Amino acid sequence: MSTLVFLEHHGSGIQKASLGVLSKAASLDADTSAVIIGSGVSGLAAEAARYGAARVFIADDASLEAPLPQTRVDVIADLVKANGFANVLFGASVLASDIAGALSARLEAGLNWDLSGLAVEGGALVGQRSALGDTVLVDVAWTAEPRLGLVRSGSFEPTEISGAGAVETVSVALQEFSSKAKMVERAHAEQTGPSIEEADTLVAGGRGVGSPEAFSELEALASALGGAVASTRAVVDSGWYPYQTQVGQTGKTVAPKLYIACGISGAIQHKVGMQSSQVIVSINKDPNAAIFDFSDLAVVGDLHEIVPKLTALVAERKA
Amino acid sequence: MKIAVCVKEVPDPGPLRRIDPATKRIDRSGDRSLNTYDLNAIEEALRLNEAGGGGEVILVSMGPERALESLRKGLAMGAARAVLISDEAAAGSDLVATSLVLAEAIKRESPDLVLFGQQAGDSDGAVLWAAVADRLQLPVVSQVSELSIDGGKVTAKRQSEFGYDTIEAPLPAVLAVSDALNEPRYPSLKGIMGAKKKPQDVLSLSDLGVSADRAGEAGSRTAVSALSPPPSRGDTQKIEDDGSAAQKVLEYLIERKLV
Ligand SMILES: Cc1cc2nc3c(=O)[nH]c(=O)nc-3n(C[C@H](O)[C@H](O)[C@H](O)COP(=O)(O)OP(=O)(O)OC[C@H]3O[C@@H](n4cnc5c(N)ncnc54)[C@H](O)[C@@H]3O)c2cc1C
Ligand SMILES: Nc1ncnc2c1ncn2[C@@H]1O[C@H](COP(=O)(O)O)[C@@H](O)[C@H]1O
Repeated sequence: MSTLVFLEHHGSGIQKASLGVLSKAASLDADTSAVIIGSGVSGLAAEAARYGAARVFIADDASLEAPLPQTRVDVIADLVKANGFANVLFGASVLASDIAGALSARLEAGLNWDLSGLAVEGGALVGQRSALGDTVLVDVAWTAEPRLGLVRSGSFEPTEISGAGAVETVSVALQEFSSKAKMVERAHAEQTGPSIEEADTLVAGGRGVGSPEAFSELEALASALGGAVASTRAVVDSGWYPYQTQVGQTGKTVAPKLYIACGISGAIQHKVGMQSSQVIVSINKDPNAAIFDFSDLAVVGDLHEIVPKLTALVAERKA
Repeated sequence: MKIAVCVKEVPDPGPLRRIDPATKRIDRSGDRSLNTYDLNAIEEALRLNEAGGGGEVILVSMGPERALESLRKGLAMGAARAVLISDEAAAGSDLVATSLVLAEAIKRESPDLVLFGQQAGDSDGAVLWAAVADRLQLPVVSQVSELSIDGGKVTAKRQSEFGYDTIEAPLPAVLAVSDALNEPRYPSLKGIMGAKKKPQDVLSLSDLGVSADRAGEAGSRTAVSALSPPPSRGDTQKIEDDGSAAQKVLEYLIERKLV
């Protein structure tokens, strides 16, 4: 067996999720390599070695500066063809999902996504993932090589397991269509104020809150409880609430003592960011909302009725 | 513009999404409808053409023939016609096979733009567009929460783990849109009445020139070996609000020393 792990970097560091996948892969397969793709990235090789990479492939080119998927597909496809990797693994992210999806078509290779478990059985990689909004656990396999896998964020903690880390430079040959998409601007969110990751209580609002103004109802409850307000991607993408408050796959991972989800449907991409909360209370007017499947207390009702009342009751009790 | 929108029929969410303990298969006996996330893609296609002086919106789907019923919702919203690839030999297609079939169907139409929804409610893959774009050799942008088209190119804003990116690509291009991009319209009565009469082509794999061994289970590279229920969080206590829910929530929080 031989395994290649895509390492995503941001600024001067490798993303924790990809290091988690790398160290897991190295624990299953001693012949695990890593690939780092970008511009000015050769300095990152040492970190890859520390988390288990026997070889580190570096594709360093000005044309790879922007973190766009299609150029990276070209690089990885060539690497896989040249080295015959049995497995190619990714930590899920916006970038990695697009790379893995495209690679599946390019290499006619099976992709299993949302993996939360990986193992080797009979010399071959197998995985476990959940499906149907986490209502089913599925044991998955691949019927041919290479086996492509996208690992759900937070599944594997990075552990130091040193590898030889032999650096190999990769030559870059891009397809014409792969460079057609161009990054024109990257607006990085600045952290302002205290982070939602530190609050003991989070009152989270989804699209069911209905408007940016109505978030004041959640702010009042949060302040009565001494907590902070969190949000979903639908809310952030609509411009209702700041990106720094987003919980989920593309946002923050939180584990407060209390998470009150208001008007949130409970999509798995949101769930992965908050499922470790100690107590989850959810308010939703749809009795079939997925969020109820993983709540401790499920309240079927209108949040605009319940939240202000609850705020008053909490304030009364504290007075 | 000629816009192809890839849409899928999925089981309705709700208590029926469970495993049949006897067969260990997913219980698919419940109602089915158009994947709600795909409504945002249809809506965007309609708006682009309404703003840009006309064109044609074509729904492209792979699924069983009964999926036509779900596709009618998109026709009722305003799409001009539907193309459904329906073939016994395509059943059980994974990403490799599905992307091939859809790409071949899209090639026949040579659209200016291909739109996808943000995810299929039953698979939550959010990966199909990238595979289709690679087969079509077109630029792709996913998670699009804002977009504009001007002078033969699309400018799209999308969220990544680090904030918002703005990406530009020449047409034709493939885009997957976020569910926050727009508010899908409700079909009008006239739309609903007219939907049945709109062209609905059902194509087989051979119509597309896709050999049977490249679709369905034969053309797939992944397999499911077992299904089981996930570990549960413990018992969920459920209450329906009759005016006293806030009081009950407070008591619950007091019991657990959370206030
Ligand atoms: C690659 C990828 C990454 C993603 N990353 C994230 C992420 O990081 N974080 C995230 O949150 N999402 C993420 N998403 C999006 C995710 O799939 C969902 O689309 C999103 O979480 C939905 O947000 P929501 O629950 O606010 O909105 P909706 O799904 O629209 O749910 C709104 C809910 O409010 C309820 N409601 C409406 N009115 C009321 C009322 N008056 N009282 C009570 N309830 C009411 C409705 O019944 C509904 O259940 C991602 C998706 C993809 C594809
Ligand atoms: N069988 C299908 N036929 C047509 N389009 C599909 C099909 N399955 C998924 N899609 C499209 O691909 C998107 C993402 O699906 P997925 O990658 O399965 O989550 C959906 O929102 C649809 O736009």
